[in-house]
Amino acid sequence: MLHRRDARMKLLALLAVLVAVATTQPFGLVTASGFAALLGAGLLISRLPVTGVLARAAVVLPFTVTFAGIAWLAGEAGRAFALIAKPYLSALAVLLVVATTPMPALLAAASSLGVPRMLVLVLQFLYRYLFVVAEQAQHMWVAAQCRGAALRTSHRAGRFRAASGTLAVLFARSYEKAEGIERSMLARCFDGRIRLLAPPRLGWRDLALLAFAAVAAWSWRWWVAS
Amino acid sequence: MHIPDGFLSTAVWATAGAVSVPSVAYLARKSHRALDDGQTPLMGVMGAFVFAAQMINFPVGIGTSGHLVGGALLAVTLGPAAASIVMTAILTVQALLFQDGGVLALGANVFNMAIAGVLAGYLPYRYWGGSSHRKAAIFSGGFLSVFVSACLAMGQLLLSGVPMPRPVTYVSLGLFAVSALIEGGITVAVAGALERLNPSWVRAPEEKPRVGLGLILVAAMLLVSLGALFASSLPDGLERLAENLGIAGRARNLFETPLADYQARFLATDWVRKAVAGLVGLGVVYAACMLIGRAVTRRAAVSRSG
Amino acid sequence: MSVLIQASDVRYRYDDGTLALDGVDFQLEEGETVALLGPNGSGKTTFVLHLTGLLQGSGEITVCGMPVRKENFAAIRAKVGMVFQDSDEQLFLPSVLEDAVFGPRNLGLPADQALAHARQALEQVGMAWAVAKAPYHLSAGEKRRVALAGVLAMSPQILVLDEPTTYLDPPTQRELIRLLKELPQAKILVTHDIAFAQALASRAVFFERGKVAALGAIDEIARRYDWRL
Ligand SMILES: Nc1ncnc2c1ncn2[C@@H]1O[C@H](COP(=O)(O)OP(=O)(O)OP(=O)(O)O)[C@@H](O)[C@H]1O
Ligand SMILES: [Mg+2]
Repeated sequence: MLHRRDARMKLLALLAVLVAVATTQPFGLVTASGFAALLGAGLLISRLPVTGVLARAAVVLPFTVTFAGIAWLAGEAGRAFALIAKPYLSALAVLLVVATTPMPALLAAASSLGVPRMLVLVLQFLYRYLFVVAEQAQHMWVAAQCRGAALRTSHRAGRFRAASGTLAVLFARSYEKAEGIERSMLARCFDGRIRLLAPPRLGWRDLALLAFAAVAAWSWRWWVAS
Repeated sequence: MHIPDGFLSTAVWATAGAVSVPSVAYLARKSHRALDDGQTPLMGVMGAFVFAAQMINFPVGIGTSGHLVGGALLAVTLGPAAASIVMTAILTVQALLFQDGGVLALGANVFNMAIAGVLAGYLPYRYWGGSSHRKAAIFSGGFLSVFVSACLAMGQLLLSGVPMPRPVTYVSLGLFAVSALIEGGITVAVAGALERLNPSWVRAPEEKPRVGLGLILVAAMLLVSLGALFASSLPDGLERLAENLGIAGRARNLFETPLADYQARFLATDWVRKAVAGLVGLGVVYAACMLIGRAVTRRAAVSRSG
Repeated sequence: MSVLIQASDVRYRYDDGTLALDGVDFQLEEGETVALLGPNGSGKTTFVLHLTGLLQGSGEITVCGMPVRKENFAAIRAKVGMVFQDSDEQLFLPSVLEDAVFGPRNLGLPADQALAHARQALEQVGMAWAVAKAPYHLSAGEKRRVALAGVLAMSPQILVLDEPTTYLDPPTQRELIRLLKELPQAKILVTHDIAFAQALASRAVFFERGKVAALGAIDEIARRYDWRL
């Protein structure tokens, strides 16, 4: 369901929900459960693996629990709850959109919503080569570890230098890769402008998604505030 | 430090966003020098490189290890404007794909790490990267990039009212300093290894060496970020200072008089005053540092010529 | 027969001082297929990069009568389609279709025509089913075929393929040979695969240390240099 909706509308809906969550003050259990219900509904219609997504969103917890703990010790229990609930629910909302939208579609949407094209292109290249370069780093690191049985026993400065050498070589490989990409662009008559495909047309379902998310989140926000 | 959503008060994330968005737009245009997209593959692949580089651990002692953050290294290899864009792209991917940092908080995170962090990482290199203190310049660039962004992030949390007792602030400062030292060390080591592979990869600094000015700017940068941190932990103190100078009152008038007719009293609420006072206070601290710095360099120049 | 590519005394030195080409003479005629053979690092890739001005050394190269110079780059690159050794560098856009459209769009074709060309080329290489896929989710052989489609979509007059058979399984190699045989263009094949060269090329040029060491019939050259497994 959520997978097929337009990425632009999903991004705008995400912003509406995030801003509603961020600006609700105070953020108690009741308030939180309203937003949780909205996101839970989204999670159900998205057909994503529920426990998987809930667990994924928990990556924010180590950071938030630390600060919440401090707040709680300082005697601000309400704030401590908000410091855990708000980041968790926000992360859930982001995951709901990101997990149902391919990154390229997300970037194209960002571009048509006014993000500078240069940043969009850099993001596009970053995402495209993220795994290529990471894989290379992995191989180099494994190779270095295999060779480094001797290094491990040697002193720290030696290993520090070995790691920086590895990074320098990885940098060199990345640099060459970028040159190769530019060369292949030029070989296909690149004239200085990458033409992105036009985004697809909006349907009423896309607009309905945005309207529903925004109205639900904001009416809840106003209702708990009053 | 990547701030997640839900930590910052509306005033803080909205202000940070309002600063970051036009800055990024400006930097995107500035790094788009050649007026074409031919440079974007390099920037994108370098972003991927920084991601991958974070998988490689550097031993730093007592059984722990650190990894590269990358702001200063990007600044000395790609130049500051392009480095900021690459950092922005990295932070965006981290927020979207890895839930490392929030989406609304992206404005703040971009400001701390991609704008202030990269600038702080580049400043020392710009002024003394061409001198015999080159290594020290790269080291302090790495140090500053991490230290300044961590202090700013901490300051924003304090401004947002996240409770943090004094001792916690001090301990965090110590931790920031340690990770900043590690970043400095890694940046120097990697930049050195890069220069041995291909000297043209580390750009020549744009300015002639001016060691004194560089030192002063570094000191100013440190003072400002520490000042920001402490100012935000005592917003009242800073407000009082601003009030004594008559600034806060004027700021209040500025907001109240022209807007009062439109019932826009919310603009004159507490946080706007605090934010304005805070910003003005910061400006005062910064200007003081700059003035002192200017005076010192001038005196140094005079004594050298005299 | 008319001469499509004429190169004489091409020399090139990389920034680090490696003399990669040391006086290369080469000729390609219309409709013919030539195999470039030679040991690793002998300068084959460096040479083909010169044909479209992606590297520029000394010496004279003309393509379809045009000297390879900056003012002719656009025209020459529209005529010479290059498939690179590393497909990951060639497929940089987020989806297969976008990548295949990239070339035709750069030629100035309107979006719908470019799309039609791209789809047809993907059809030709048997990758039409993958239009919406992300290139990094493709297998190495599939990447190769998509990279070829991106070039075919530009309808070039000359095809240059740098080691097209690496990563391909034997049936896919057979498929590639069949496909290339059907294509009417003149071709330069850089390859280590002598069977592949024999199946497609009418003659071979043997590179060694930046020079053309020999040229002639493939069997003859393979025998002379013992160029077999
Ligand atoms: N960017 C570069 N910088 C420096 N030297 C290079 C560069 N690229 C290639 N070389 C060197 O130039 C020589 C020719 O390389 P080239 O890639 O043309 O060989 P090749 O014949 O294509 O080899 P292979 O069969 O392995 O693909 C080699 O010695 C190589 O090390
Ligand atoms: Mg080669």
